Amino acid sequence: MAIEIVKDDQWQLYGKRFNSRLLIGTALYPSPQIMQQSIKASQSQIVTVSLRRQSPENQGGNSIWEFIKQLNCELLPNTAGCHSAKEAITLAQMSREIFNTNWIKLEVIGDEYNLQPDPFGTLEAAEKLINLGFDVFPYCTDDLVLCQRLHDVGCKVLMPWGAPIGTGRGLMNSYALQTIRERLPNVPLIVDAGIGKPSHAVQAMEIGYDGILLNTAVAQASDPIMMGQAFGEAVTAGRKGYLAGAMTKRQTAQPSTPVLGTPFWHQTN
Amino acid sequence: MISLQVNGETKTLNSACTVADALKTWGYQSKDIAIAINGEFVPRAFYTQQPLIDNDLIDIVTPIQGG
Repeated sequence: MAIEIVKDDQWQLYGKRFNSRLLIGTALYPSPQIMQQSIKASQSQIVTVSLRRQSPENQGGNSIWEFIKQLNCELLPNTAGCHSAKEAITLAQMSREIFNTNWIKLEVIGDEYNLQPDPFGTLEAAEKLINLGFDVFPYCTDDLVLCQRLHDVGCKVLMPWGAPIGTGRGLMNSYALQTIRERLPNVPLIVDAGIGKPSHAVQAMEIGYDGILLNTAVAQASDPIMMGQAFGEAVTAGRKGYLAGAMTKRQTAQPSTPVLGTPFWHQTN
Repeated sequence: MISLQVNGETKTLNSACTVADALKTWGYQSKDIAIAINGEFVPRAFYTQQPLIDNDLIDIVTPIQGG
C-alpha cells in the first residue's frame, strides 16, 4: 500500500514520513520573515520552491533562499512556468542538482489564461522523469483517466487541482475529486491549487484526500501567520472528520433531545 | 569572439571556452546555480569540460520562492 496510517496518523510520501498533511508554498508573502512565521504557524513540514534566472549582479540578493533553508522543511521543487515536457524535464534536472532531492512537483501548463495543466505534456514528462529516477508529484486536472494514467506510469502521489492556481475558489468539482478518491483508494491524493479558505481544506480532507498543497490562501491573507495556523488546524480537523466517519444525511428533521418524557405534552386523541 | 545569449541577454567572450571559464569571467560565485545550454541540462561535474560555442543559449538559474 502506497500510504499507510501509522501511529499519530503519520503519512508517507515516496517513503518519507510526515506528521503534517499540509504542504505550503513560499511565495507571495509580504516579507521573508512573515513567510517563515506563517509556515511555522501552519506546522507544515514540506515547502515548495522554484528556480529562476539570475544574473551575477544579483547574487548577493538571494536572501529568500536563506530564509527558506532556515525552515528545515522538506523541499518540493516545482517546474512552474514550463509549457512543454522538455522544459519541465530540464528544469527538474536543474532542481535536482541544486536542491539535492529527487522530488519534483511537475507543472506543465497548457493554457496561460487559467494556468490549466497540459494533461498530455504532464503525462509525457512524468513518465520520462520517473525513468530518470525522479519522485514525481504531478499537478494535474481532476480528470480520472489522466490520474489513472499518471499512476500507471509510476506517479505514487497525485495532485489534482481544486480550482485554478491563485483563484481561491475551493473545490470546483467535488464530484470529480471524490471519484478519483474512490477509484484510486490507495494512492496518496493531494488537492493542489485553488484552495482559498480553511473550510475548503476541510472539505477536501473530509472526502478522503490525504493532504493539501496551497500558497496564496496563506500568503495573501490579511494576517498570513494566523491563516497559516488556521490551515494547519483545518487540515487536521478535516482529516479527523474523515477518519471518524460522518453521519448519514437525512431528508427530514429528527430531534436530538429525547422525546420520551417531554413536559407539557398531553395526548389529545 | 563568440556571442552567447545568457538568461536572455547577449554576452560576448573573446574566444571559445568552457562553462567553468565563462562563469568565472561573468562573476558567478554561488554554488546554488544550475545551468542549461540550448535547453539541455549540464551537470556541474561537466562545467570544466563543456565547451561554449557561438550562439549558444544559456540559462543560469538559482533558488527562489515557489508555490
